[in-house]
Amino acid sequence: MHIPDGYLSPQTCAAMYAAGAPFWYVAAKKVKKQLTTKTVPLLSVFAAFSFVIMMFNAPVPGGTSAHAVGGTLMAVVLGPWAAAIGISATVLIQAIFFGDGGILAFGANCFNMAVVLPFVGYFIYRSIAGHAPFDSPRQWIGAAVGGYAGINAAALAAAVEFGLQPLLFHTASGTPLYCPYGLTHTIPAMMFAHLTVAGFAEAAVSGGVVLFLHKSMPDVLMQAPAGKVTA
Amino acid sequence: MKEIKKLWIGIGLLALLSPIGLLATGDAWGEWGAAQFKQMIGFIPQGLKRFAGLWHAPLADYTVSGTADSTGYIISAIAGILLVALLTWILGKVLVHRKN
Repeated sequence: MHIPDGYLSPQTCAAMYAAGAPFWYVAAKKVKKQLTTKTVPLLSVFAAFSFVIMMFNAPVPGGTSAHAVGGTLMAVVLGPWAAAIGISATVLIQAIFFGDGGILAFGANCFNMAVVLPFVGYFIYRSIAGHAPFDSPRQWIGAAVGGYAGINAAALAAAVEFGLQPLLFHTASGTPLYCPYGLTHTIPAMMFAHLTVAGFAEAAVSGGVVLFLHKSMPDVLMQAPAGKVTA
Repeated sequence: MKEIKKLWIGIGLLALLSPIGLLATGDAWGEWGAAQFKQMIGFIPQGLKRFAGLWHAPLADYTVSGTADSTGYIISAIAGILLVALLTWILGKVLVHRKN
């Protein structure tokens, strides 16, 4: 889901930076209020976890691959605003040092993976977990279902960004200038990879780690601000 | 928190296991190199060609020149973890001042 440079027109990239900017602004303010010097180390832990988990590519039938992001997990533990900051930091390091995702496309990649993913994931998690106690199965089930939904929502956003390119940006004769595939191609392709593989990977990561934290490190969840402060 | 230390150890173990991620050899959908479009659709879209090479990442595609793929992948994982930790630490220093 890391859109490289060249796939989106510079205009699209600018629009996606503009779409992400208000979220970064609010996220910075929210994180200032919600995190403490004690919980910032958890932001580093979950952002680093997200980085390494994204390296575990899983094969997708048809010859491509996909991976989990760990964004819903971060939203469940630290809240969606902290997740927006944490995933953005991870995506920035990936773009600059590893060429995974573009520099021009950084805004779009953050919008998809650091905004759409954790917010959709968190919304679904909260709908399922409600005010259930932190050791209730509804917590990890909510995190798993939220993870599945969140990564698929992000994939859909990326598919729309890809698929609009040939429609909006082509030469006078109609030859595409950027991503050459239209919506009827990008949406099925992206959704197939994420509905069949990446969604389950994200669900396993979110649900599995939340369950692990409940059983083995309840302190981490008790300290975390997500349960105490609403989004 | 004692737990934080354990979580970092877990992340370190994941870094060592990361070459498992190399078993899936296919690119992610929509992450092909510009040259691959020649095979896929017969030409490289003009704008795509122009911007694809905009930035040359030092550890492009999680490889380290002169090392085997799996070694480079592990080095990349460790480097990435440290860089992400550093960046979020800096962000935390700048944004968060509340002790409790």
